[in-house]
Amino acid sequence: MNTTLRYLVQKEFTQIRRNSFLPRLIVTFPIIIMCVAPWVMQMEVTNIVVDVVDLDHSSQSQRLVHAIEHNTYFVFRGQKHTYAEALSDIEHTDADVVMVIPRNYSKDLVRGRLPQIRIAANAVNGMKGAMGAAYLSQLVIPQSASSSTLYLYNKHLNYKLFMIPALLAIVMMMMTGFLPTLNIVSEKEAGTIEQMNVTPVSKGTFILAKLIPYWLIALFIITVCLLLSWAVYGLTPAGPLWIIYVLSMLLALFFSSLGLIISNYSDNMQQSIFIMWFFVVILLLLSGLFTPTRSMPHLAYLTTYVNPMHYFVDAIRTVFIRGGQFRDVAHQAFALLGIGLFMGGWAVQSYKKNS
Amino acid sequence: MKQFVAFVRKETKHILRDRLTVLLLFSVPVVMMLLFGFAITTDVKNVRTVVVTVYSDHATQQAVERLSQSEYFTIVRTVATPREAERIIRNQKADLAIVFEKDYASKNGGLQFIVDGADPNMSQQWTTYVSQVLMNPAGGLINTKMLYNPQMKSAYNFVPAIMGILLMLICTLMTSISIVREKERGTMEVLLVSPTRPLLMIVAKVVPYLVLGFIILNFFLLMARFVLDVPLQGSVFWIYVISTIYILLALSLGLLVSNIAKTQLAALLVCAMILLMPNFMLSGMIFPIESMPRILQWASVIIPPRYYNSALRKLMIMGVGVDQVVFELTVLIAMTLILLTLSLATFKKRLE
Repeated sequence: MNTTLRYLVQKEFTQIRRNSFLPRLIVTFPIIIMCVAPWVMQMEVTNIVVDVVDLDHSSQSQRLVHAIEHNTYFVFRGQKHTYAEALSDIEHTDADVVMVIPRNYSKDLVRGRLPQIRIAANAVNGMKGAMGAAYLSQLVIPQSASSSTLYLYNKHLNYKLFMIPALLAIVMMMMTGFLPTLNIVSEKEAGTIEQMNVTPVSKGTFILAKLIPYWLIALFIITVCLLLSWAVYGLTPAGPLWIIYVLSMLLALFFSSLGLIISNYSDNMQQSIFIMWFFVVILLLLSGLFTPTRSMPHLAYLTTYVNPMHYFVDAIRTVFIRGGQFRDVAHQAFALLGIGLFMGGWAVQSYKKNS
Repeated sequence: MKQFVAFVRKETKHILRDRLTVLLLFSVPVVMMLLFGFAITTDVKNVRTVVVTVYSDHATQQAVERLSQSEYFTIVRTVATPREAERIIRNQKADLAIVFEKDYASKNGGLQFIVDGADPNMSQQWTTYVSQVLMNPAGGLINTKMLYNPQMKSAYNFVPAIMGILLMLICTLMTSISIVREKERGTMEVLLVSPTRPLLMIVAKVVPYLVLGFIILNFFLLMARFVLDVPLQGSVFWIYVISTIYILLALSLGLLVSNIAKTQLAALLVCAMILLMPNFMLSGMIFPIESMPRILQWASVIIPPRYYNSALRKLMIMGVGVDQVVFELTVLIAMTLILLTLSLATFKKRLE
């Protein structure tokens, strides 16, 4: 039993190594993603281009214009004479927000009359429009002194810190998900599966031997990703490292099993890739990785209870950013284990030795 | 001409007889549109809030009442110390804590917000909302207007982007794979010894995918309009013109990939890793281009969906005239011509 398994694992590794493309992919993909993606995955709203229509021409209104010019969130585009002129800038997407300062703004302020400043934001991207308008309002009305805000865990509101645990999840998903998906189906297409089917190797051993290499690859990938996040961005997990490894291995168990299941059921690579892609997109988008799960409609929110990606993203953010201990993420870890074992069993079940 | 029609029919049968692929071709767009239209929202809703207060006096109660009545916040617990609140946030049982100081009632102030800062954007939004609800800022000083998308629905932003990505995926990936598969299986050799000219054969291979692209485009527009309530503000004619150019571009890209790749696996990986990932990340679909470092902004210049997105957002959502999208149109036409020339130049009639 043990020697069979060892030989089979050795065979899998040889197959991966002899492929001209896979070893290079396994090494370079995590490196490229970790070096490039954190710069891309910025949903930080900055560089909002502002047009100002100053109908007042007072020192008060000019002070507002200067405040915009010196604020790092904004790029001041220029002053326009009319609202229509500024609107045409928005239509060309040359500007994002227009601020109109009304006539007699400073006089009315002095008389205590509440003059209205109009802000019009391009809200095609709702998030950007809302944040742009909110930043501008804060400039006009300074925050009252009686309240203060404390941001926990991510004091500088660094978007990279939020995204790097998520990237770890994405890289794991791509590598331990897509490679097994292509594995059995490519043996089917090449015809080598026939030879496996006539050996006395049991289904369980065969599938286990297919899975083990991907777990080892997963270990390698997490290590590379964590090292890069420390070396390139200076970000290290706030919680214990071993939990991150445990969580990642559980995720690898799920995705490699899912990959093999799909591979078992499909006839050619094109099919299997499409199905995997389909699952990956759904799991990813509903995991709360990009958008908060609590904003979803109730029905969509219910799906997060069976979405392993959701448990993983939740848990790894708790450990990496918030410095959670094992008891903080225990229920996510057990959920992942449960789903992973179920999928593993299914992978063994769905492999048929007779064609 | 008869030969050409025969080839088109053969290729159509290839597609239709693969039941699973046909099923996927239509279910993927539906699922993606529904997900992005309904499930993927960044609205502030159901923010789990902890109230930290020692004296539950009238002013505090009033404030808590106001919070729980708004649809944005759900009060989950009331605790006595900020330390307890922090523990609840760390355990992911709450997102936000509001600390009412002892002098809250007397001085009408003394508030502290403790926010889970893990997600920078959302945490800033939560703070803005909570201070608006609690402090009723001097109303009337600012009048904000959200142009084109007053309810700030995420679907308005995502639908044009999804169309760009999926048309690219279907037209490029499927074309290149179907050609490479014939090479790999050896059936290409049979086709090449037939009296048809090789170029004609390739064009015939592309035609069904062109039709498919159009069917999916119509499907998208109908779903966007009638299921997701995304407006078609601008001229429908120009939406079709620019989509046609984009589909042609994707098909020529598919041809180019099939000329370079030798196996299905290579074609798949080239499409998935080299085309889809950059398209997804650099097209401005989810992540705004202007927040990226300069070098990536330059890299995004060569990404076709970037122009398609931008043009469709202008035409569909903003409803501006075609003179505002001349730039995007020109770039897309130029890219199509370049890719078509390249793919025809690298096309080999002979098998190696």
